[in-house]
Amino acid sequence: MHSGILQAINGVSFAALLFLLASGFTLSFGLMRVVNMAHGAYYLFGGYIGLTITRHTGSFALGVLGGGLAVIPLGYLIDRFLIRRTGENHLAQVLLTVGIAFVLGDVALKIWGGDSLKVPTPIELRGAIELPGGIIYPTYRFALIAFGVFVGLSLWLLYRKTQIGAVVRAGVDDREIVSAIGINIDRLFVLVSALASFLAGMAGVVGGAFLTLYPGAEWEILVYALVVVIFGGLGSLEGAMIGALIVGLLDAYGRWLLPEFSYFVLFGPMAILLLFRPRGIFGREG
Amino acid sequence: MSVPLLRVADIHTYYGDSYVLQGVSLTLQKGQIAAILGRNGMGKTTLIRSVAGLTPPRAGEITYRDMSLRGKQPYAIAQAGISIVPQGRRIFRSLSVRENLLLPTSVLARSSKGRNGDEPGQRWDFDEVLKEFPQLAERINHLGGSLSGGEQQMLAIGRALMANPELILMDEPSEGLSPRLVLQVQAIMRRLRARGHAILLVEQNLELALSVADEVYVISAGQFVFQGAPAGLANAAQVLDQHLGVSGAKMV
Repeated sequence: MHSGILQAINGVSFAALLFLLASGFTLSFGLMRVVNMAHGAYYLFGGYIGLTITRHTGSFALGVLGGGLAVIPLGYLIDRFLIRRTGENHLAQVLLTVGIAFVLGDVALKIWGGDSLKVPTPIELRGAIELPGGIIYPTYRFALIAFGVFVGLSLWLLYRKTQIGAVVRAGVDDREIVSAIGINIDRLFVLVSALASFLAGMAGVVGGAFLTLYPGAEWEILVYALVVVIFGGLGSLEGAMIGALIVGLLDAYGRWLLPEFSYFVLFGPMAILLLFRPRGIFGREG
Repeated sequence: MSVPLLRVADIHTYYGDSYVLQGVSLTLQKGQIAAILGRNGMGKTTLIRSVAGLTPPRAGEITYRDMSLRGKQPYAIAQAGISIVPQGRRIFRSLSVRENLLLPTSVLARSSKGRNGDEPGQRWDFDEVLKEFPQLAERINHLGGSLSGGEQQMLAIGRALMANPELILMDEPSEGLSPRLVLQVQAIMRRLRARGHAILLVEQNLELALSVADEVYVISAGQFVFQGAPAGLANAAQVLDQHLGVSGAKMV
């Protein structure tokens, strides 16, 4: 019983992390039709930079913010000078951005080395909380859930309730007409891509505080983020929320109940879903 | 005569690899309606797309007032005062009616306010558009995709007006509408002209085009084969028969 609840918290907190990464990925795809496989590398880079900032300043909050901000110019340059050249060719985008991710991974290896590094968390988040019923669980994971809910809610409000959000949604519907009614869509692309980079970089710092950072971590997390996006439907923010929860919980319970099949527990349902809803839960007809 | 609002001079436009507009020229004065008629695939929509900057011509010149549109992005052309009511309406299906209407006024659009300040009759805003299209007011919070074809067409026109354009490009606004709604579109176009808007209209509905246009062009295989007053076209039996598939006798 207790273990079941623990796994639920595990799953939801992992979901919060996955959402941070997947939301940027899915918005980039929805608006710009860009499949950016370097998103995992943004996560890792943001994480390492946040780690360095936290070590030097002693502030985890600064590390999270700095890790996110530092990835924005990196993402901008990659977008502007490399990805844009691929036009709408998804295969070229995937090959290019996988290549970029390898390069970034090697650069990170050179700077931060091959050891597994943990972003230091502030003292208040280090302990554990005792829940009614005697369940003891790390405080950090609860903070992560709260953070994920906060970011998710902020993104949702921005996306659904503001005019900038309406422009982004309109761009997902019909980019050409957005520009034909007087909106500089390139400027919008820069905004959304900056947001996606920021979220990925932040995710790296908060993820690095419990999953640690190491060469290859970018690919492990990217696979999960991709499954989230496929579950939820490419281009859908709500889909990324639901998808993150599903993947987080499937992963947690899969590892607990069927440890030897944990990948199958994740990919099996995904394959079944795709049979019936090829565009994911919130995906729309093209 | 003053500088025309729009001057299209010998443009050649390709759509992908196919050579669609093969030297097309026209001028449109402020507050006038020019109608482009022609069968499908003759280049009508491409002409609209050329002016809007969505499919820029490879050769020739398009001038709006005294500004060359060469190399201008679609958003810059829209901000200069040219709005489009695209073929198939293309309203934003997942946005509410309100959001659809407000989009052209968002900060990202920066439609140059006061551009048409000299024409008080032209000024449109949210309330003014809803007054013109009361059926949209009733469905203001519905999603664009849930509207009927007629409502979507009104929304597409309303959305174009929200940018306070001086020139409106309309691509087959009567397509798929019932005769009653076609009459409504006709009345709207007349009111827009009375308020000082110029309209470049692409139509397959001959009667509608002839009833509103000041000048009519017939396009065939990427070139104009007729240009003149609507009354002139009604008498040009050979053009009607050969390029529009209408027997001249029917028009009389």
